[in-house]
Amino acid sequence: MISTRVSARTARRTRKIGLNCLGLLVALVTLFPIFWMVSTAFKPSQEIYSLTPSPLPAHPTLGNFSQVISGQASGIGTVWLFFRNSLAVTLAAVLVSSLLSLLASVAVARFSFRFRSSFLIMLLIVQMIPGQALIIGLFREFDQLNLLQNLLGLIVVYAAQALPVSIWMLRNFVITVPRELEEAAAIDGASAWKIFWRILFPLVAPGLVATSIFAFITAYNEFIVALTFLGQDHATYTLPIYVTYFFGRGGAEWGPIMAASTMYTIPVVIFFLIIRRRLVGGLVAGAVKG
Amino acid sequence: MAETAVQLPGAAARDTGGRGDWGARWGAFVRRHRIAPYLLLVPALAGIALVYFWPLAQMALYSFQNYGLPQVTGAAPVQWVGFGNYTATFADPEFWLSLRITVIFAAVVVPLTMVAGTLVGLLLNRLGPKMSAFVATAALLAWATPPVAGSVLFYWLFNPDGGLVDWTLSKLPHWLVGSTDWAGYNWTTISALPAYTVLTVLVVWTSFPFVAVSTLAGLKTVPAELYEAARIDGASPWRVFWRITYPLLKPIFLVLLLLSVIWDFNVFTQSYLLTGGLANRNEFNLGLYIYDKAFTFPPSYGLGGALAIIYTLILLVVTVGYVRSSVRQGALT
Repeated sequence: MISTRVSARTARRTRKIGLNCLGLLVALVTLFPIFWMVSTAFKPSQEIYSLTPSPLPAHPTLGNFSQVISGQASGIGTVWLFFRNSLAVTLAAVLVSSLLSLLASVAVARFSFRFRSSFLIMLLIVQMIPGQALIIGLFREFDQLNLLQNLLGLIVVYAAQALPVSIWMLRNFVITVPRELEEAAAIDGASAWKIFWRILFPLVAPGLVATSIFAFITAYNEFIVALTFLGQDHATYTLPIYVTYFFGRGGAEWGPIMAASTMYTIPVVIFFLIIRRRLVGGLVAGAVKG
Repeated sequence: MAETAVQLPGAAARDTGGRGDWGARWGAFVRRHRIAPYLLLVPALAGIALVYFWPLAQMALYSFQNYGLPQVTGAAPVQWVGFGNYTATFADPEFWLSLRITVIFAAVVVPLTMVAGTLVGLLLNRLGPKMSAFVATAALLAWATPPVAGSVLFYWLFNPDGGLVDWTLSKLPHWLVGSTDWAGYNWTTISALPAYTVLTVLVVWTSFPFVAVSTLAGLKTVPAELYEAARIDGASPWRVFWRITYPLLKPIFLVLLLLSVIWDFNVFTQSYLLTGGLANRNEFNLGLYIYDKAFTFPPSYGLGGALAIIYTLILLVVTVGYVRSSVRQGALT
């Protein structure tokens, strides 16, 4: 009896060690490409093209980063210019889309009206249409509006493209706010504005944070519209188009390219770490009830 | 509707005080006609119309015209060509090749992503809190890497000049990796099979974390007693998965499957960058084929429009499945 209990315990311990090893393996394999990007970014060029690549830089250098920052590597300007473009576009798009989706989500969560279900289903359908299916129409439309090679054009597109998912996510937050709170305030004579700002808004704020970050990441990563709209106007490039330009120019300057990619990746990674808990709920929100 | 809810703008009208007569009358109008929800929706609808409906409508129009650069500049008149652009598309072998590549790619990547993601999700559920957080964070980093950065990074990893993969493969014994001369092997810009192999690795790497984390979230909702009972009965892990986990998580798996199909059908950024821009026609998927028709000189918005409409219709078939399964799970209630 005792011996079987001991052997059961050993078996459990072995299994636990096995599982942990497996977990470690999965984590290392997953991390490896990112590790390689960062490691390359810190290597001097003779180590990058060495016949026997080593995992860590033997003589770590900031040279690649300083080339990216000085603009010497890409030839079209310092990386900060493209950071500024990307941040301006994404922040403006996030602001606009948050405001519009908040209004719309109150409409679909608090009122019942004709076409409400149709509207929600329409959102589910349009969010699936990718950039490449729309790009011709978008390009012609924004050409006529004179908004190509212009950050304003990108702001409009990104703000609007974030709407379907943002409205769904926020709707699921608004629904969870008990109506009784608003009714009690209304009985006490609070105005609609007051009810909105004092009751609904604070309770939905975490949802707004989640949708804002979702909108931020989508806009920050967006490729096809920026590639098509911005064309040859280097000064308007956003970060992904800058990295693409740099990469496509040939010459294979992998050190500076990896340094630029690393800098481009850092903000998104930080955001992902902040919202890691809400991420799943939010993204599946359109599909599974949150 | 039983009006238990507070009609917000209506309530505003009651409280206008300082805003005077006009505000009160407007408030009364909003309340009487119950247009408040529509007013709240108008800005969002305008945005959606601007970037979805209008471009789609325009492209539908172009698809029946000979619309190209001369028509844009006004050098030549716009002519209606009936279904000409559609028949030309269906007669083009490049269209069928790119469609085939798109479908095969999705058919390979979707199962790989689902299996890898589910296995990692199950693993995360079994690990201790610290190890689980570590693996989840690693997966999160892969997921968070922007498509452009990921593509450039994988291009470098699989680069014939100094790339790590070729170097590693050339050091491995031939019985393991075949007799190909791996040193300097060009993965991305020679033919479709190696290029899409790299693309498969890249896309599975970026998309398995979402499946894993969603599976984990689902597993947390399964009552522990069920697994306890199965363990006492001595059921094998395989049996436990198919008899307990799978039936309970089926709705989540279904949504993940449909989302994966749609996303993997739509991979553009990574395929554009890894196949060398639009330089390699034999590596086109549908997205690249559309882009090439529309933006490689001379642009043909008519043909491109027809293609975009065909593409959207194909997607719609999958999307209907996704919407139906969402609605059935009570997303609308």
